[in-house]
Amino acid sequence: MALLEIIGIRKRYDGVCALDDVSMRLEAGEVHCLAGENGSGKSTLIKTLAGVIHPDSGQILLDGRVLPPLRPPDARRLGIQVIFQESSLFPQLSVAENLAMGGARLSGFVNWRVIRRLAREALAKLEVEIDLDQPVAGLSTANKQVVAIGRALLQQTRVLIMDEPTAALTGRDVEVLFSVVRRLKESGVAILFVSHRLDEMLRISDRFSFLRGGRLVATGPAADFDHAAITRHLTGQDPSPPPPRGGPRNDDPLLRVRSLRGAIVQDASFDLAAGEIVGITGLRGAGQAELALLLSGARARTGGEVLLAGASLPNGDLPATLAAGIAYVPEDRLTEGLALDQSLAFNLASATLSSFGGWGGLVRGTDIAAHAQHWLNDLGVRAPSPKLPVRALSGGNQQRVALGKWLCTRPRVLILNGPTVGVDVGSKRAIHDRLRALASQGLAVLLISDDLTELAESCQRVLVMHQGRIADTLIGDGWNDRTLAAQLNQLR
Amino acid sequence: MIMRHPNRRHEAVLSAVLLVLALFIGLINPGFFSAEAAFDLLRSSTVIGLFALGVLVALVAGGIDVSLPAIAAFCLYTTALFGGAFGVADHPVLALGLAGLTGAVLGTMNAFFIHQFALPPLIVTLGTASLIRGGLLAFVGTRIVTDLPESMAAFSHPAAFAGSGPGGAPVGGLVVSFLMFAMAAAGVAFLLGRTTLGRGIHALGGAPESARRMGLPIARLRFIAHGLAGFLAGLAGLAHASQMRNANPFDLVGTELTVIAAVVLGGASVAGGRGTVTGTVLGVLILVLVETGLVIVGLSSQWHKVVLGGILLLSVATTVRRVSRAAWREGMA
Repeated sequence: MALLEIIGIRKRYDGVCALDDVSMRLEAGEVHCLAGENGSGKSTLIKTLAGVIHPDSGQILLDGRVLPPLRPPDARRLGIQVIFQESSLFPQLSVAENLAMGGARLSGFVNWRVIRRLAREALAKLEVEIDLDQPVAGLSTANKQVVAIGRALLQQTRVLIMDEPTAALTGRDVEVLFSVVRRLKESGVAILFVSHRLDEMLRISDRFSFLRGGRLVATGPAADFDHAAITRHLTGQDPSPPPPRGGPRNDDPLLRVRSLRGAIVQDASFDLAAGEIVGITGLRGAGQAELALLLSGARARTGGEVLLAGASLPNGDLPATLAAGIAYVPEDRLTEGLALDQSLAFNLASATLSSFGGWGGLVRGTDIAAHAQHWLNDLGVRAPSPKLPVRALSGGNQQRVALGKWLCTRPRVLILNGPTVGVDVGSKRAIHDRLRALASQGLAVLLISDDLTELAESCQRVLVMHQGRIADTLIGDGWNDRTLAAQLNQLR
Repeated sequence: MIMRHPNRRHEAVLSAVLLVLALFIGLINPGFFSAEAAFDLLRSSTVIGLFALGVLVALVAGGIDVSLPAIAAFCLYTTALFGGAFGVADHPVLALGLAGLTGAVLGTMNAFFIHQFALPPLIVTLGTASLIRGGLLAFVGTRIVTDLPESMAAFSHPAAFAGSGPGGAPVGGLVVSFLMFAMAAAGVAFLLGRTTLGRGIHALGGAPESARRMGLPIARLRFIAHGLAGFLAGLAGLAHASQMRNANPFDLVGTELTVIAAVVLGGASVAGGRGTVTGTVLGVLILVLVETGLVIVGLSSQWHKVVLGGILLLSVATTVRRVSRAAWREGMA
């Protein structure tokens, strides 16, 4: 008998079928990976199990018994704990209180001694040490995840559901999380693990289930699926082969960076030629983001020089740098890249708004609409109308809009930071294809990423940063994502 | 032990500021160092202090309330006018009950609009403030009640340490309304810090989406928080009327700015989820002391507003800096 079983779950939103007759089983002591692109119905399924939303029809069985319609506290009481992608923590409250928050009763008095004891026990179970009195806002992303898991474990947990737990984690942090997951698995907890990252899914999961368009398209033991099969089930198409990796370019470089210093970046020098895609990676906080900010003029450099086609760029002047032809697509599209409540059309026009100025500085709405339609087609954004707010789109489509916003400045150098973080496999491929096409037309691309597969598939060269310096440059065919991972591990 | 209780550190700074201010005023005017002056200071803090507790609760719950002075005016005036009809005139506790209850009802009206229509609390309470004040003047009356019922006047009577003035009349001392404020402060501190209800209010204010996912009863928390703020405003109205010895429906206009400045100065976050009673009380005392200082130095009342606005902006700015520093540290981790 399966620990948790769902049978024939259906859920419609405004006539759109989010879940269509989905059935699956979850055994005690297994790590089950639920895979699917954005909009495939994963989130709806998780929310159904958490009691946040109610299915139109179908049943949920725990230990073979049919459960009544659930509310979140009911699900938790039954031992179904969900750790959501956007954290469910309380940033202002202390680690101890966040951990103890699970038993949400609202009558009675708080006993801080009991709270601290519970919190210590929870962290001891996970074998991690975190200062209990610290506000959660001050924790690293990995430790926030640990607190969220610890909170779930403080209650009796039989099914632990994790939505994209590794999305914001890098390298060692993922290992910490996985060792916790394995420990839970050994203690007989059923774990439903949702992730976009194929490598991680293959490493941790016992079974796979694939959702596409609200339907369960495949399910089976992890050994039955390889990379190609996973991509096929996710997208419904076969994966495209990576393009051949070019050697180092001998052309006259378009961008020359000489002894660049500023923030934590120290003495960075490299060249970037037109048509080249160069990756930048390193441990978290090694200076990749700062390098991008310095190059884009968002931050003033304290030393060194940046030359674009031989001309020196002004220091710390983003508008001038953009006008000169260097565009920067920031890492966090939600807070830095896009105005989420504004329309697609406005967002696409916002980087070049002055070019839409008509008589008396008024904006010509028809031009903006035409411009938007052109770029939406060009980028393959599926949206019913350019008047929709960006918020209404999936992560992948949002990222394409962010890319489009900067592409229409007609840059000569494009700097991207984590362009496919939190993006589904289909959109990811579309973005990569697009970057390659742009590069072949002569754009120089600087790709900052933690996704080593992405770097291996897209880049001709990769610069490895460490403690603010460019520690190594990988050229030619002598490296791949595995050697790069090993190299990064040695830097720790 | 690096980041232990940022609130405590802030409160220590406020205490130091308070001490320096007191020393400064005492240097200019040595008469300031007397029991009488201290009681005076505490009495002046009472009304603002009660409002501040209300605003604190609203802020911690993730809202804000600028309608409290309007609610207070409504409560004090209706209690003075109609209290007699309910037999309220006979006992101070009944007056307190009527004023507090009226305030609580008006406070839950705020909660209703905020919760039911998902409106921003600032806009809702701006609207209800105008509604309540206008309604009071249009439907209840504009005449100042000068013969305040004894049950209300009793709140400004000395409760302890009273001296004797000329003719044997009691002078100074700790007034009843201050004791009411002190008890309210202790009550709010206990509620926010020591009850699951209070921690739920913190949780809701700090991260509403997380609170929803935890299955916290958000509606109940909001109604309790804003109802409590209204209740405290009712008490503030009572304290104010008893100090003025009349019930004036035009009173207490513009107090909300002072109150919000005091609470924010006390370390409460305008983004919700954080704030302490200790900090709030310190903030109130500092503002009252600053005002006393300005009077002693001889600066005119328009300067009070300049200083008040400056304090408000400065304290909000430092809060934001504290938060962004925390984010910076996180980025480095």
